[in-house]
Amino acid sequence: MSELTAGKAVAKTTAAVAAETATAGKNEWRPISYWPFVIPAMIVVMAVIIFPWVYTIWMSLHEWKVGQAPTFVGFANYLRLPSDARFVESVGHTLVYTALSVALPLILGTLAAVIFNNKFPLRGLFRGLFILPMMATPVAIALVWTMMFHPQLGVLNYLLSLFGLPPSLWVFHPATAIPSLVLVETWQWTPLVMLIVLGGLSAIPTEPYESAQIDGATPWQTFRYISLPMIMPFLFIAAMIRMIDAVKSFDIIFAITQGGPGSASETINLYLYSVAFVYYDVGYASAIVVVFFALIVALAGALLHLRQRTHWNDAGGSA
Amino acid sequence: MRDFLNKLGLTFAFIVIVSPAVLFFLWMLSLSLKFEIDNASYPPVFIPDRINWGNYAAVIESKRFMTYFFNTLIVTGSATLFALIIGVPAGYGIARMRARKSAIVILIARITPGLSYLIPLFLLFQWLGLLGTLWPQIIIHLVVTVPIVIWIMIGYFETTPMELEESAIIDGATRWQVFRHVALPIARSGIAVAFILSVIFSWNNFVFGIVLAGRETRTLPVAVYNMISFDQLSWGPLAAAALIVTLPVLLLTMFAQRQIVAGLTAGAVK
Repeated sequence: MSELTAGKAVAKTTAAVAAETATAGKNEWRPISYWPFVIPAMIVVMAVIIFPWVYTIWMSLHEWKVGQAPTFVGFANYLRLPSDARFVESVGHTLVYTALSVALPLILGTLAAVIFNNKFPLRGLFRGLFILPMMATPVAIALVWTMMFHPQLGVLNYLLSLFGLPPSLWVFHPATAIPSLVLVETWQWTPLVMLIVLGGLSAIPTEPYESAQIDGATPWQTFRYISLPMIMPFLFIAAMIRMIDAVKSFDIIFAITQGGPGSASETINLYLYSVAFVYYDVGYASAIVVVFFALIVALAGALLHLRQRTHWNDAGGSA
Repeated sequence: MRDFLNKLGLTFAFIVIVSPAVLFFLWMLSLSLKFEIDNASYPPVFIPDRINWGNYAAVIESKRFMTYFFNTLIVTGSATLFALIIGVPAGYGIARMRARKSAIVILIARITPGLSYLIPLFLLFQWLGLLGTLWPQIIIHLVVTVPIVIWIMIGYFETTPMELEESAIIDGATRWQVFRHVALPIARSGIAVAFILSVIFSWNNFVFGIVLAGRETRTLPVAVYNMISFDQLSWGPLAAAALIVTLPVLLLTMFAQRQIVAGLTAGAVK
């Protein structure tokens, strides 16, 4: 104990000295002396992240099937994309899948966060149970969902029948395949939105709520005019993360439908898998990778833009 | 009275929001413990009269299950350990150099679909003649584990106080000694968070395995997926296998949820 306080006192005085001496030389010695810590990681990042990227761009400019020699074709692979009906269709599927997989977890996650923001016995245990879906192994849960979707023996159709609803074919019908997969995705990822929004809610001071209570605001008004504006930045972050993950979603779709029935749930990622590892057309697949990445960046940019606009509106409204 | 009603409403709300998660895993357990005849009955049987432990025995005794289990352990263990060895110092260096902008690479890694790494690295591994060993999977899992570790450690080292480190430098300690004896002990909880998340995301990974794993080098998620397509059509053993694969992660989540929540939201909010 005494050692600790002594240490602190020493730290304080030396910190003052360090601050004086450091201001002059800080910028010279700092970067150099910390390089050795970073270099090993840089080498690995170069090897497993930068190299694949550079190689992908190179490959995308070549006609190359595994086992043959690559020939340079310029942008021919990219020009093939717009006339590839299967690719165009997969872009549509991806956008629908993503829009639903962002919106639903966002709404439900916010609702769950409002509930979790209350003091409650065993709240920690409930939170642990609540986040299980997003941590569980995706293939394992996909397997169980597949059984639950079974039209004759699945438990979901049984649940529907309890409510007097007609049975559904779920993932076994083209029209309901994507919505069914979105159901799994929503079940899986609502917890992440909840955690992020809960972080925002718990950071709000109590005063606004107290004065709202005195003024006789309804719970909805309190949420709409106090909580919601304050958690907007958190909702935006949640939407961004959700968008990135939903666009890239692979495990669940691959394990449950493999893009089927037919190609009804084939997203870009699923199509990319086929092109690369079923047809081994790595040149074309690399072009898809580049366009796919550009699409993700564009969607992220659109979200940023949307955020700035709403921000501006808020400022305008309050002025 | 009003207080009581509020409590009741809140209890009800909590039960409603956790039930999709809880009921799902209970149903998974139910499927894995039933005889085929109960699994194929309609209306479904939730709590069976007789329990069939044989489903679990069938999975564990099945050919190569232990191989796949140890494969997963080796891949996840090596990828996590290696990521910590290089990622913790890197996080420290980046935080101390205030070079957070360099973390943009990590952001790009986070955005890029996993399949994108697979094509070039697959060709590279083929060229190096590594396919058929566990090396390709260990290496490619670094794509998952290294960014997680670096990202979390930057956050931790940015919040740890500089004063002690400065004073140690003045006392004549080298940079490495400062890192080893001053910074590292303080960041222990951050390392725990990085370790747990790295283990979980590597353990759960599926996409790298389906391309890179051969018959002898499959990890558990890939093995389970292959059970659907080839060996098994009966639900009991399938559900048992699924539960065995994901059980370590579920337990880890329950016991280390504080660290998991801290790690996931720290990455998100910054």
